[in-house]
Amino acid sequence: MDYVIEMNNIRKEFPGIVANDNITLQVKKGEIHALLGENGAGKSTLMNVLFGLYQPEKGEIKVKGQPVKITDPNVANRLGIGMVHQHFMLVQNFTVTENIILGSEPTAKGKINIAKATKEIEELSNRYGLAVDPNAKIEDISVGMQQRVEILKTLFRGAEILIFDEPTAALTPQEIKELIQIMKKLIQEGKSIILITHKLKEIMEVCDRCTVIRKGKGIDTVIVSETNPNELAALMVGREVDFEVVKKEPQPKDPVLDIRELVVLDPRNIPAVNGLDLTVRAGEIVGIAGVDGNGQTELIEAITGLRKAKSGTIHLNGRSITNLPVRKITESGIGHIPQDRHKHGLVLDFSIGENIVLQTYYQKPYSKSGILNYKSIYQKAKSLIKEFDVRTPSEYTPARALSGGNQQKAIIAREVDRSPELLIAAQPTRGLDVGAIEFIHSKLVEERDKGRAVLLVSLELDEVMNVSDRIAVIYEGKIVDIVNPKETNEQELGLLMAGGKREREGGS
Amino acid sequence: MQKLLKNEKFMNALVPICSALLGLLAGAIIMLISNYDPVKGYGALLDGIIGRPKAIGETIRAMTPLILAGLAVAFAYKAGLFNIGVEGQLLVGWFASVWVGYALKLPTIVHVPLAILVAAIAGGIWGLVPGLLKARFKVHEVIVTIMMNYIALYITGDLIKRYLYAGNEKSYSIQKSASLSSQLLASLTENSRLHFGIVVALIAAIIMWFILEKTTKGYELRSVGINQHASMYAGMNVSRNIVLSMTISGAFGGLAGAMEGLGTFGNMNVLSSFTGTGFDGIAVALLGANTSIGIILAAALFGGLKTAAPEMNFVARVPSELIDIIISLIIFFVASSYLIRWIFSRFSKEGE
Repeated sequence: MDYVIEMNNIRKEFPGIVANDNITLQVKKGEIHALLGENGAGKSTLMNVLFGLYQPEKGEIKVKGQPVKITDPNVANRLGIGMVHQHFMLVQNFTVTENIILGSEPTAKGKINIAKATKEIEELSNRYGLAVDPNAKIEDISVGMQQRVEILKTLFRGAEILIFDEPTAALTPQEIKELIQIMKKLIQEGKSIILITHKLKEIMEVCDRCTVIRKGKGIDTVIVSETNPNELAALMVGREVDFEVVKKEPQPKDPVLDIRELVVLDPRNIPAVNGLDLTVRAGEIVGIAGVDGNGQTELIEAITGLRKAKSGTIHLNGRSITNLPVRKITESGIGHIPQDRHKHGLVLDFSIGENIVLQTYYQKPYSKSGILNYKSIYQKAKSLIKEFDVRTPSEYTPARALSGGNQQKAIIAREVDRSPELLIAAQPTRGLDVGAIEFIHSKLVEERDKGRAVLLVSLELDEVMNVSDRIAVIYEGKIVDIVNPKETNEQELGLLMAGGKREREGGS
Repeated sequence: MQKLLKNEKFMNALVPICSALLGLLAGAIIMLISNYDPVKGYGALLDGIIGRPKAIGETIRAMTPLILAGLAVAFAYKAGLFNIGVEGQLLVGWFASVWVGYALKLPTIVHVPLAILVAAIAGGIWGLVPGLLKARFKVHEVIVTIMMNYIALYITGDLIKRYLYAGNEKSYSIQKSASLSSQLLASLTENSRLHFGIVVALIAAIIMWFILEKTTKGYELRSVGINQHASMYAGMNVSRNIVLSMTISGAFGGLAGAMEGLGTFGNMNVLSSFTGTGFDGIAVALLGANTSIGIILAAALFGGLKTAAPEMNFVARVPSELIDIIISLIIFFVASSYLIRWIFSRFSKEGE
């Protein structure tokens, strides 16, 4: 009777696969319970069963000890189960209040009582320390704030058990800290939380217990205070995982990328990159650390030709590539792992093979006098799929059908295979699980060891610190400092990223 | 069966077929409600489509411009554009073919291809304009092509009256050396108006398939059509591809016009309203799932239905407007293909 949610021996099948095979998840009242697993392990399926979106083939669900049948999300709501979705379900030009009451509007004689709802929401917001303005429009508030609106939405509907689906994926480090505070506050107020994640750090920081699932099977439920990240990762992946990126000392040689006084305007014509200098040498990985929105995107777009530089120069191996067309820049030796793989990296409805030749389709042997040679295209794809361990039924499968990690592997295969002098990796591991991250990091180091220059741009501080040989901190469109990852720490980097100065001596 | 239902290609073919059958079924229900005999009605309809050599000839003749109009819509669609201007491109192509066919005196072996080519160029220019406006100034192609339709309608009428007027709202007829019509085909089909245009249409269908599926240009066009951002990232020139696809699309529309000018009619009327063939191309492309083979089949169905409507009226007293209803219903079912897919996916789950 001390469990608020019990999902016992849940089995859920889809045609061809068993997504959940005999999984048991028991959540105590007032705890934050992590549900950990790689992408595709079955976390979302299990939660969708709990939320009433899927019906399990076998197993029983108990809420507060009572066996229940959750046939649809409305039933889940009535039982006090609320879900904070990863992709927010909000109407952009509605106010916070309007969004929250949507679907359960308090009415009197057919008229919505907005004032009453607003007051109620304000009270809820204050009680849980959410600091949400009920009258603000969604399009005007930050992503972190939008997430709090989602949280409020579940509280407004009387949720006792909140499911958070990968809540930190879209947040800045600062917002993540605030979210963690909010979660702790929710627990104090007697709520229970299920946190779906594959970020071990968050689990260690905030969770009480953790259920690990792998390939649809429940592996173990552990008490977080009695475990460590390595053990959790091993449970999740099924083997030992190295967090430390294994790498030799860098052997930097001549500068490959040389940027001077670069100014790039953003779509609103405000300088997003504002007089930036940066050098990346052959055989080193330079990581760009910074809070999102400090010019990282515009910097990459200017280097790769997707956005025009207003002034300043970009040289690759001594030759100016400033404001050349994208194709010229690509041909001159730049590989680019774009930060948004669905928008820029792949044509999702093309096959993997067609995506593999996205920049080279017009070159021999893939094309001859304007006619494509599909045989050699698919041969290439086949060999890269094998070399980079892209899990796909075949090279003819549409890119859309692959998991995020495998899509990213396909992009990396394509970019690395062109043997670029400079490899730009923008958020290369965003949304990926431990196994894929490990693979991608090792590939970046491998490229470095082949003598290529690597520019890594990431919002994950851990990633920048683990992978880079030098860290360039970007703030308001300028590189404000360059630090050695071995001689710095998160606090110092965080300070620099916020525009502070490094303390050269003294202090603690 | 289970495997087939999960096969995307099979589903893509199944949806239009089911839609056509559902449309005909709904047509039968409408006939029943309105006190007509559906068996007799459809019997007469089938007879009018393929019952006699002449019916076959007329069906093929009617499907010829529909194939080309369908290809025009599909080609633009593959590059992510909606060409509503096929009607206008057809009209300028028709006019250009008649002009070349009338004004020049050349041996057939040169005259026919030249007239066809000029029609394609005229249609191509009519597609180029909205393409340029879209690429350069981001003006939406739907708006521009609709307006270009009206410009084509009135300009061709005016040009006929000025330069080619034979009286009675008609242009002069083309020279024999420019004609696609054929004694042989006519005699084979009991003096139908069947002409060699069908060969042009089939070649055009093969050309579209070849360009889109086999060439590097086609790869670019499809890539731009699906994801402009990724195409830019890959270094493709998105604007140029937009212009190119609209031009080629317009050229197919122009060819459709040449089929009327050099084949069916041999002249051109001063039209007071649109022919509708260009707009039917949208329906053909939709039912044909924008593939060459699908467009040929869809054009055969629509061409046949339209040809046989009078016979159905004559024999079974069913009003020929019913054909328009059936065609509309077929389009409705294709457009709501989600429903058909859903039913089949249900069906395939139940089977397990």
